[in-house]
Amino acid sequence: MTVWDEVVGQEAAVDVLQRAAGDTRSMTHAWLLTGPPGSGRSVAARAFAAALQCEQGGCGACHQCTTTLAGTHPDLTVVATDQVTIRIEEVRSLIGTAARTPSLGRFRVIVVEDADRMIERTTNVLLKAIEEPPAHTVWVLCAPSVQDVLPTIRSRCRAVPLRVPPPEAVAELVVRRDGADPTVALAAARAAQSHVGLARRLARDPEARGRRSAVLDVARRIRGVGDAVLAAGELVDVAKAEAASSTSERDATERAELMRALGAQDGATLPPRLRSQVRQLEEDQKRRATRRQRDVLDRSMVDLLSLYRDVLVMQLGADVDLINGLDPNDLAVVRSLAADSTPEQTVRRMDAIGVARERLGSNVAPLLAMEALAIALRPQG
Amino acid sequence: MGTSWHSGRVPPATRSRTASRKPTGNARSWDEPTLAPVVLVRGPEGLLRERAVDGLVALARERDPNTEKVELDAAAYGAGNLQVAASPSLFGEAKIVVVTAAEAGTDDVYADLLAYVAAPDPETTVVVVHGGGQRGKKMLDAIVASKAPILQCDALTRDADKAEFVSRDLRAAKRRAEPEAVRALIDAVGADLRELAAAVAQLVNDTTGTIGVGVVDRYYAGRVEATGFKVADAAVAGDAGGAVALLRHALATGADPVPLVAALAMRMRTLAKVAAIRGGSVTARELGLQDWQVRNAQRDLARWTPEGLATAITAVAQADAEVKGAGRDPVYAVEKAVLTIAQATARR
Repeated sequence: MTVWDEVVGQEAAVDVLQRAAGDTRSMTHAWLLTGPPGSGRSVAARAFAAALQCEQGGCGACHQCTTTLAGTHPDLTVVATDQVTIRIEEVRSLIGTAARTPSLGRFRVIVVEDADRMIERTTNVLLKAIEEPPAHTVWVLCAPSVQDVLPTIRSRCRAVPLRVPPPEAVAELVVRRDGADPTVALAAARAAQSHVGLARRLARDPEARGRRSAVLDVARRIRGVGDAVLAAGELVDVAKAEAASSTSERDATERAELMRALGAQDGATLPPRLRSQVRQLEEDQKRRATRRQRDVLDRSMVDLLSLYRDVLVMQLGADVDLINGLDPNDLAVVRSLAADSTPEQTVRRMDAIGVARERLGSNVAPLLAMEALAIALRPQG
Repeated sequence: MGTSWHSGRVPPATRSRTASRKPTGNARSWDEPTLAPVVLVRGPEGLLRERAVDGLVALARERDPNTEKVELDAAAYGAGNLQVAASPSLFGEAKIVVVTAAEAGTDDVYADLLAYVAAPDPETTVVVVHGGGQRGKKMLDAIVASKAPILQCDALTRDADKAEFVSRDLRAAKRRAEPEAVRALIDAVGADLRELAAAVAQLVNDTTGTIGVGVVDRYYAGRVEATGFKVADAAVAGDAGGAVALLRHALATGADPVPLVAALAMRMRTLAKVAAIRGGSVTARELGLQDWQVRNAQRDLARWTPEGLATAITAVAQADAEVKGAGRDPVYAVEKAVLTIAQATARR
């Protein structure tokens, strides 16, 4: 058993990180872990942090390892955000943290999980701290690709690329960790395109599988412009509902906690001088809901993209595995779309999905972006 | 000017004049002031509130020219201020106390007013000015229950109401205007009542004789208050020139490209949804559309083909991306979208 057990299908990257943790000559003070979403960036970052803290270089059993993996080690700071961007105040406070010597472990490790979710101004705050941290401080930044961070940050870090893990390796992890049925696990791993977290959810939760199939089915149901606009509205509503269901409970708890901290009674009208604090919380919650809704929509679009990728594979008769080949319903959708359209149309639709994802990222009204997408997906003569 | 079916706020058929003006309790219009120990002036229209207060003060001065007017700002009110202001002065002149901005008052002002309403001083007039909203509801309810006169200052949304307002101002100045001139004036500056009143005052002061369309045009020529919805209307009707002219007016009078694009998107969305209803896959109720929205959209759809709708919605999405940073010139982006929509209508 080692700390690297959870990092699946990343032998090359693990090798580099393991060597660095064991040998000071291979070590450096700033790392940039890059890889597609779900490839295990943050898992790898934590495993690396544990290996750095552990006396045996990552045994996975000692106190240092277990606390680091659990995120409770005093010398480990993890920065992640559930909003659209990481705020500059959070990053400023990191600089002070970085200057402290470690209290228990060998290093002070700062993991920034969403380094791509920093705007330029925020990133600039970090430049000096990343360039020359104190001897015992290690920065580990995670981002989808090296292009997602500024060149000035990139040049100060050692980049370790993670690859998309093979679906079989992900399925194996899902079976091992969640005890899922191997066929379901493989279907989930393929459908999730090797996104570890998503594969686990798809394998565990039949409802999540149903939602995914429903999204794919939308592509088949669009027959005209009217249907397209209705389908787009449906997708956005589903995303909203999913965002609300995953955040509303937490929102209410947070609000109740804040009210208690402020000494206000729940249900009674709030004194004016406390309102700004509650409003601030509500704004944070709204940002979180926005991010969540966008993530869900983006996920739907990635699912649609996988569908058209399969359609293209089928149309061109290529000899590769289908992403949606293991579920009979999904396969039927792929077959019917492949029969109905030409490869040129499929490629054009995939482009439209790419455009819509980009638009969603640049703040276009989600409903409008989805409508334009759905219209591009309709059958055209 | 047609009824504003797209605003979604005021379905025209269901709202009648009597319904909106129906007096509750002792309510009356803002221009019928009457003196009483306590008078409530309420409603969202600031100009009318001011005029109502002026009317009350004038009435009080008519009764007693030495009447002293005291203003209390409810937002900065301290306990007991009302008692001090409303008590008879040393020389015994009458007083009119105006409590302004009671919609944002301190807790003290509500407590004091509540106490005062129960036992008002008959020699003094206390005017409570409330801009609407729920704050101070208990005090408002107490005033209403005490049968005190209430001067309603509702916002004037209908053009007919605005025309009435203009002619009242003209009558007060002993001037006359052609109906077309009044209409042109409302089209030009009608969105804000204060601005409309100022425009009337300017015309009254600067011109002589009957106010005609020519005079209004000379002062407010070419100015049209366009909203995103009007632009969308013109574009959907295929009137490219009119739509672009309205768009330029809207931008020149301070409209932001982002909500303009949103208005276009909303309009196209309704059209596409109604097209789906025609296809028979859903009903209007399932889509949450009102009957009149469906009727209007069906009329517009006569000019549209599915391909045209697709082109238009795609163009609007592109414009939204461009006004939010993907393009260099947001104004150009909206204009292009408006032109694309207008040209996407089928020519018959």
